[in-house]
Amino acid sequence: MNEKVVELKGITKVFGTVRASDNITVSFNYGEVHSLLGENGAGKSTLMNILCGIYQPDSGEIIIRGERAIVRSPRDAISHGVGMIHQHLKLVEDHTVLENMIAGQKGSFFIRKSKLEAEIRALCDHYDIQVDPNTKIKDLSIAEKQRVEILKVLYRGARILILDEPTAVLTPQETQNLFKIIKKMREDNCTILIITHKLDEVLEISDRITVLRKGKYIDTLINENLEPRTLTDKMVGKSTNLEIVREEVKPGDNILEVSKIVVYNHENAHALFDVSFSVKKGEILGVAGVAGSGQKELCEAIAGLQRVTEGSIRFNGEDLVGKTPRKIIDMGISMSFVPEDRLGMGLVSSMDITDNVLLKEYNRQHGVFLSRKEAKKQALDLVDKLSIDTPSVDTAVRLLSGGNIQKVLLGREIETQPELIITAYPVRGLDVGSAHKVYDLLNVQKQKGVGVIFVGEDLDVLRAFCDRIMVLCNGKVTGIVDADKVSREDLGYMMAGRHMDEVMADV
Amino acid sequence: MFRISKRAEMKRTHQGLVRIAAILVSLVAMSGWIVAIGHNPLMVYKAMLDGCFGSTYRVLETIKYTIPLGLAALGVMLAFKMKFWNIGGEGQILMGAFAATYFALNFSDMPKTALLLLMMISAMIMGGLWSLIPAIFKVSFGTNETVFTLMLNYIALKYIIYLQYGPWKDPMAFGFPKIPNFSDNAILPKVFGLHIGWIILLLATVVVYVIFHHTKIGFEIAVIGESENTAKYAGMTVRRTVMKAVFLSGGLCGLVGMIQASAVSNTLTFELSSGIGYDAIIVAWLSNMNPMMVPLVAFLFAILSQGASFIQTAFQIPQSAAEIIQGMILIFALSAEFFIRYKLSLVDRSAKGGQHA
Repeated sequence: MNEKVVELKGITKVFGTVRASDNITVSFNYGEVHSLLGENGAGKSTLMNILCGIYQPDSGEIIIRGERAIVRSPRDAISHGVGMIHQHLKLVEDHTVLENMIAGQKGSFFIRKSKLEAEIRALCDHYDIQVDPNTKIKDLSIAEKQRVEILKVLYRGARILILDEPTAVLTPQETQNLFKIIKKMREDNCTILIITHKLDEVLEISDRITVLRKGKYIDTLINENLEPRTLTDKMVGKSTNLEIVREEVKPGDNILEVSKIVVYNHENAHALFDVSFSVKKGEILGVAGVAGSGQKELCEAIAGLQRVTEGSIRFNGEDLVGKTPRKIIDMGISMSFVPEDRLGMGLVSSMDITDNVLLKEYNRQHGVFLSRKEAKKQALDLVDKLSIDTPSVDTAVRLLSGGNIQKVLLGREIETQPELIITAYPVRGLDVGSAHKVYDLLNVQKQKGVGVIFVGEDLDVLRAFCDRIMVLCNGKVTGIVDADKVSREDLGYMMAGRHMDEVMADV
Repeated sequence: MFRISKRAEMKRTHQGLVRIAAILVSLVAMSGWIVAIGHNPLMVYKAMLDGCFGSTYRVLETIKYTIPLGLAALGVMLAFKMKFWNIGGEGQILMGAFAATYFALNFSDMPKTALLLLMMISAMIMGGLWSLIPAIFKVSFGTNETVFTLMLNYIALKYIIYLQYGPWKDPMAFGFPKIPNFSDNAILPKVFGLHIGWIILLLATVVVYVIFHHTKIGFEIAVIGESENTAKYAGMTVRRTVMKAVFLSGGLCGLVGMIQASAVSNTLTFELSSGIGYDAIIVAWLSNMNPMMVPLVAFLFAILSQGASFIQTAFQIPQSAAEIIQGMILIFALSAEFFIRYKLSLVDRSAKGGQHA
């Protein structure tokens, strides 16, 4: 038997001027775990979205089990046995597990619930997944929801499963659980394709690894005695220095004191509960937690974009609670915020660099009219200082690469001479070089005595770069620890909700 | 079969070619329809041009229709740029005309300049207030402005009908339901044989351009249109800016009402606008939200309307059939914009698809 289950031949997909997938040829075998590795924008997701019918390729062919296949929709894909588990889970919150699993299924008009339930339970037992088919999705944790999504795809007959960044929302312990399920699927001769950029996980779980870079196929490696360095070099295309430096700076007084704040989200549930911490001048405070633990709300609360119902946020002693961003600026407080959503909040994607610089200073101008002279000068300065790769300062920022977009945003924020910088996932999606540029910029600020809040996802980066790390779980602080004294595992337990006192006592 | 995908930015000259091609294709397609209703397409096209440019009078008529169309398009554009879908131009025009008429009828012995200014200002305020109602509801309660502004059009229209048939009916008109004509004081003067609305249109074009590109509020409007989150992040007071911009938008439409009442119909009638507020939406879109394009696009649109109404009389073509011709050109013009942004490509169907055994 041919051991290749899927062959992709010469797949090309162009978005506008970007060749997201450039003549990629790769094949996947029966019963293997195959990771697709690459930086953001390398074309991993594009390639997998083509295989599962969300995008159609401009050219190239897909061969599944030896036959040429046309996959025009996810429904086509599942009929070929290909199913994808997306990073943002697609489940109906108000429905039960069972209802979600059969939604959109072909079949008879009437549903025999007892039979279905038995089938699902059998599937759960087989993969050692504990979930009651009759619970509602909204009552499950994120990890459980992900398992339901996997069950759903398996139930629909997928034998080739694509997982898009499956561990981004999981604690290290939950990740191990997921890997168990993946191994079980491999035993059943399923093919599991994982999109990721986390090296250690890739090395732990994969049989083979395919590296992509800027839409091009680079190499496929068998996972035996591989060095992480080999992989990063292939990802980046040059030798890299992965060292992250923690500048030793003697911290000063507290610049920010957050005391017992409570924030509700738009569904009126607690987004933050009783959160207290402080940031010193010349200190980088890391914030860890699985995605959606309240990081976004925390940053926005400090920046004046979220309503704080209780508690106080003191900046140099002045309370910011109840103040709008405008008022905070008017109080003379210089605070910078680099939000997670760069193009949706930090910048205006269709505007050029000049106008995006203008965003921060336009209101200081008097009168009705607007002058772009100053902003243009600053923009030229930024491009020069941070070596931003752009045709001109009149280029819309959405046309720039992710790294350059972040340079524009971070550069503009630093330019305002802040005393506190809040950064949410500032290196997400950046290539290694740009990420290091961001660390360098923040370190320079730290040496100047600026306080920095660094919300991150990579625990190793947080441990290497920050002075202290605060861990959030479900909107509560589960611990604030010294970065050089805490292990990955301990951070993982805190991310899962155990308090630091228990975790550290366990040792 | 076909697949739609976004294309890279097209060169300006290419864009022009696509648009010209669209007009040519539309002429061919319309020919089919004109033959079907028993006329010679070439004669009809010639007549349409004749109807717009055949005499000085006709040229002036075409420009006369361009003025309200262009001004109202500039008005709705102020709101559209912010992604506030003001479909209520029609109502704002009528309410503006209503306010202007109130002063025209009750203060007819004021000096001409003062009265005209009073009429303009009151029309702008009234149009602005009319548009402010949905804006306030939108920023306070998140109501949908599209439906809201549309509904207000009907209220405005019925209100003017009520005035025309009721309290404001001219007692000297032998029972004919009309509002009294304005005195000479309340009628806009002419420059080069055409009422000064054309100067107002050109001025407004420049003003809106300056607002968009060289004022703080214009910058705020652009940012809010792109992303409200960014606007809040940058410390903008989104509610206040939305209300200001929508007020300006309605105010400009209100001014259209004043111009139409004063210079064109010399009184208020419920047929005063007859769809200008809606056509303006198309003009704003075809201008690509660029105010400098508005006078030209409005003029082209006016040619189309004038031409269509001329062939009705010249060829005894029913109004509905003439409007079909107008509609066809618009569809082709709008699809040209689609083809400038997207491309279609053929999907290879030789491979096996769908069901897997």
